[in-house]
Amino acid sequence: MTTTEIPATARTRQPDPPGKRPRTRRREGAAWVFLSPWVLGAAVLTLLPMAVSLYLSFTDYDLFNPPRWVGLRNYTQMFTEDPRYWRSVGATLTYVVIAVPLQLGLALVVALALKSMRRGRGFYRSAFYAPSLLGASMSIALVWRAVFNDGGTVDNLLGTGGWVNRPGWALFAVALLTVWQFGAPMVIFLAGLQQIPAELYEAASVDGASRRRQFLSITVPMLSPVIFFNLVLQTIQAFQVFTPAFAVSAGKGGPADSTLFYTLYLYDRGFVASHMGYASAMAWVLLLAIGAVTAVLFRTSRNWVFYASEGDR
Amino acid sequence: MTISTAAAGKPVAWRRVALHVGCLAALLVMLYPLAWLLATSLKPADEVIASLDLLPGSLEWSNYRTALDGVNDVSVWRLLGNSLFIAGGAVVGNVLSCSLAAYAFARLRFRFRGPLFAFMIATIMLPHHAVLIPQYIIFNQLGMVNTYWPLILPKFLATEAFFVFLVVQFMRGLPRELEEAARIDGCGPFRSFFSVILPLTRPALITTAIFTFIWTWNDFFTQLIYLFSPEKFTLTLALRSFVDASSTSAFGPMFAMSVIALLPIVLFFLAFQRFLVEGMANSGIKG
Repeated sequence: MTTTEIPATARTRQPDPPGKRPRTRRREGAAWVFLSPWVLGAAVLTLLPMAVSLYLSFTDYDLFNPPRWVGLRNYTQMFTEDPRYWRSVGATLTYVVIAVPLQLGLALVVALALKSMRRGRGFYRSAFYAPSLLGASMSIALVWRAVFNDGGTVDNLLGTGGWVNRPGWALFAVALLTVWQFGAPMVIFLAGLQQIPAELYEAASVDGASRRRQFLSITVPMLSPVIFFNLVLQTIQAFQVFTPAFAVSAGKGGPADSTLFYTLYLYDRGFVASHMGYASAMAWVLLLAIGAVTAVLFRTSRNWVFYASEGDR
Repeated sequence: MTISTAAAGKPVAWRRVALHVGCLAALLVMLYPLAWLLATSLKPADEVIASLDLLPGSLEWSNYRTALDGVNDVSVWRLLGNSLFIAGGAVVGNVLSCSLAAYAFARLRFRFRGPLFAFMIATIMLPHHAVLIPQYIIFNQLGMVNTYWPLILPKFLATEAFFVFLVVQFMRGLPRELEEAARIDGCGPFRSFFSVILPLTRPALITTAIFTFIWTWNDFFTQLIYLFSPEKFTLTLALRSFVDASSTSAFGPMFAMSVIALLPIVLFFLAFQRFLVEGMANSGIKG
């Protein structure tokens, strides 16, 4: 990143004479050629759809008849007349609050264990990472349903009955699937831990700091940007979970709407019931909610995230 | 806990042993679902539920024979081909479009670069659902619903900003002098992109390719809304038809097909795990 300073000297070497502007313009043109696929995608597949979905959220639209303007009705219906909507909000928030801290906590503990390991670190790192890739598949979601079903392994081992059939428990089965995929944040934690200079620990040992003290005063602050990165990333992803809930509940969000995650209900309203306007309103509330949560995380991060390069702040 | 204090001087071997025992135990628990999947795919119907044993009493290879027949009269080979086509197209699209955009952001100067870059970063956090319905309407208007276009075309337009960012970060680390030298030798921006920068960016491109393949392969939601003819189904979508059926007689074939659907990811993982893990570790946080 520091190399970005070099061209400044290169450019002053030969200042363009007034008549030679086309040279820089040609380079500017080249940039736009390189950028053109992205510009097209951003305009047609991101910006335009965002505007359209905002518009549709104020309409009644079933994909076949032209959209009919209904003002705020979708939103008022959502907030005041639709108990299933609130159940989907509740299920999603519960899931985020359970799954994300457990997953990140486990990832941190395992990363700390692996960091102090001399042999076998590479092996464990890869092995623990594998579920993060496999776990997103429909195959594993189906395994989860069977293992947590009545008569499945968990039922037999713990005698709790099948989790996926019990309203209070089904959500935990899905959350456990997410926790199981702690490998991705763990790998990022481990990379962060390995960048903490060993001299810090050496100096602290010389000063007689205990391991606990070293963990709280060196590891946590030095790792805080990585903790923050993982927290934001996993939270945003958790809000959008879909496949496991679909598989576990056969696409219905049951039992008793306990796994009716927000995205599942959005899919149900938009693509099953053909209420595209309502689903668009739901999408915009999700967008605003994720934006708000991210903003809050960023705001609070000022108090606990420490960036070494910026000095004490 | 976090550091091995060699300074302590006394043997800390027991500590290390405990660590390995703990890690191996955790690994066993974590691998259980995978072992269960493999075992169940080989179990006869009556053993699936009745028996707690992980090992099947007798190997039921016919599960795989049934799975190869596929679902809805579409063979597994066809489903596999469809999945490969979509994932392959996505890989080509992402590598091409993301490296082009990344080069502009990382190395070229143009008006509005700052705001556009900030916008690109912001789209990483944008939930897919905010653009989903209008995208669906657009593809519907273009007559592309129930084709592979909606699954592949967006990748050619660098819509996965995560990868643009990944490649930008990598390109920023390459020495500027290389391009300066190329320019003095008479290379324009296109030539120096293809001949100098792109070959050096290979590690980031490989990471992009592998992750694109695996994520596209695993993707369920997009396929679910855009594809509805059984002969266009992917393996993931075909598995979906087992979601509604809960009869245990279909358990064996269902999990045999699940194994087949996981196989490419497992192979990718075994072949590229170094790239995958490094790629994840370096995904933008090191700067």
